[in-house]
Amino acid sequence: MSEALYQSIVLESSRNPRHAGRPDVFNAEGQSENRMCGDKVSVFLNGADLRHEAQGCAILAASAELMCEAATGKTAGEIAILSDKFEHLVTTGQETPELGELNALASIAQYPSRLRCATLPWDALRDAIARAGSAGGPANG
Amino acid sequence: MSTTLLPLDVHAVRQDFPILSQKVHGKPFVFLDSGASAQKPKQVIEAMRFVMEEQYANVHRGLHYMSEKASDAYENVRDKVAELLNAGSREEIVFTRNATESINLVAYTWGRTALKPGDAVAVSEMEHHANLVPWQMLRDAHGTELRIIKITDSGELDWNSLEQVFADGKVKLLALTHMSNVLGTYTPVERLAKFAHEHGAKILLDGSQAIVHRAVDVRAIDADFYVFSGHKLYGPTGIGVLYAKAEILDAMPPFMGGGDMIASVSYQKSTWAKPPHRFEAGTPAIIETIGLGAAIDYVRGIGFKNIAAHEQHLTEHALSTLSQIEGLRILGSAQDRGGVISFVMKDAHAHDIATLLDRQGIAVRAGHHCAEPLMGRLGVTSTARATFGLYTLPEEIDALATGLERVRKIFA
Repeated sequence: MSEALYQSIVLESSRNPRHAGRPDVFNAEGQSENRMCGDKVSVFLNGADLRHEAQGCAILAASAELMCEAATGKTAGEIAILSDKFEHLVTTGQETPELGELNALASIAQYPSRLRCATLPWDALRDAIARAGSAGGPANG
Repeated sequence: MSTTLLPLDVHAVRQDFPILSQKVHGKPFVFLDSGASAQKPKQVIEAMRFVMEEQYANVHRGLHYMSEKASDAYENVRDKVAELLNAGSREEIVFTRNATESINLVAYTWGRTALKPGDAVAVSEMEHHANLVPWQMLRDAHGTELRIIKITDSGELDWNSLEQVFADGKVKLLALTHMSNVLGTYTPVERLAKFAHEHGAKILLDGSQAIVHRAVDVRAIDADFYVFSGHKLYGPTGIGVLYAKAEILDAMPPFMGGGDMIASVSYQKSTWAKPPHRFEAGTPAIIETIGLGAAIDYVRGIGFKNIAAHEQHLTEHALSTLSQIEGLRILGSAQDRGGVISFVMKDAHAHDIATLLDRQGIAVRAGHHCAEPLMGRLGVTSTARATFGLYTLPEEIDALATGLERVRKIFA
């Protein structure tokens, strides 16, 4: 299907996010930006809770939302493994059951120019974890 | 919309562009990104093949048959460019890599000698980075000032702002686009040149977009500098043009040093060749220059009267068709505008628009179009942009509209 990337789960995640918005209090903030297109995303860690603030295309917003959903409650070590699996998913298009709804972004592999839109939130999350870690925050598990 | 009313036989023109018969993602290729770089007619491809197969050697230095043939063909293009621009002489035409290099050349040589620290350069809010960054670099290296002329909400130059920027008499160069690569606005270049000259400033025009659609007469405009790239004018990449008035070029020091730009060289001292060769160090883009010559022959063969009428026809059709799409907003509404149409859609980001259109075989550009400050001025981070060429059909604009309706439904 030619518009596989824009399946309902992606559109739904970008339109009606449950993890969007800057929280009033948080332990750490991570950021990532694509200077080529102006897309920006921030990720906030607050204990076990994850929030994002994405400014950009639908793929970025959906990826940020699906990432927060999947990574909530996980340790930094588990998130690192998940991040590697996601990277593999979006570069090869090969779905794996443990990625759950993140598999909705598998077809990004057919859109190389949009890969960065999907991976940007993960960069921000890694950035947030690193900052929390250096501050001795709770996400350093 | 009937194609029989078109000012030129677009279907015949399309036969000259081999790439247009391709399919993309199984769909007819609808190329609406000529403003970034235009496709090439077989006349250009053939001219470049011919020079490589039958007439190639280095130029200006071989005392042999092939070098003379290649040199003649290369220098002949200078005459073609001079005619295209109605320059006063062929010596006013300098070959560069592209419009960007042409502007950098002016900033680096003329800017550092004719301008004094404290003098100002004025550009507008709707410049491509190519006509902004070189002047920032000059400012930082040489102590000149950089001033920005505002645009109106319709995307036209704000004349009050222009007068304010010139009020203290410090502006010595007005560097402006002849046609915005984002808004499609044509600037009133004759009036602007007169204004600049009355205020003791020179004028540089970035003709990268305008040269494709309209006959340009640098003497009628009274432009001091005019620049464009070959690849947007259906020619190859790697060849661009700087026009400058002879007396200005005569006083300019070289840009780069090397072969071909010297009169004499010793270990103690070198002297410079006369313009234009003073500014063309090293072996030039011989094959690409000859390709540009073929592109100029091609567009002049069709005629700028027809090309301009075609562009106007397409622009009007696009503005009326696209404005009917719910939630779509076209940026800029200048009275004098051409075949560059930027737009945003409610709920759909420009990159999502471009990706979804691509899957329907339709190529548009999405992003900041090398005009980040202008995006800020317009209150957007990126736009989708459709640009037209002489091979663009009204039916392709209809296909774009259909594609955009599909995008709208996906994001509705």
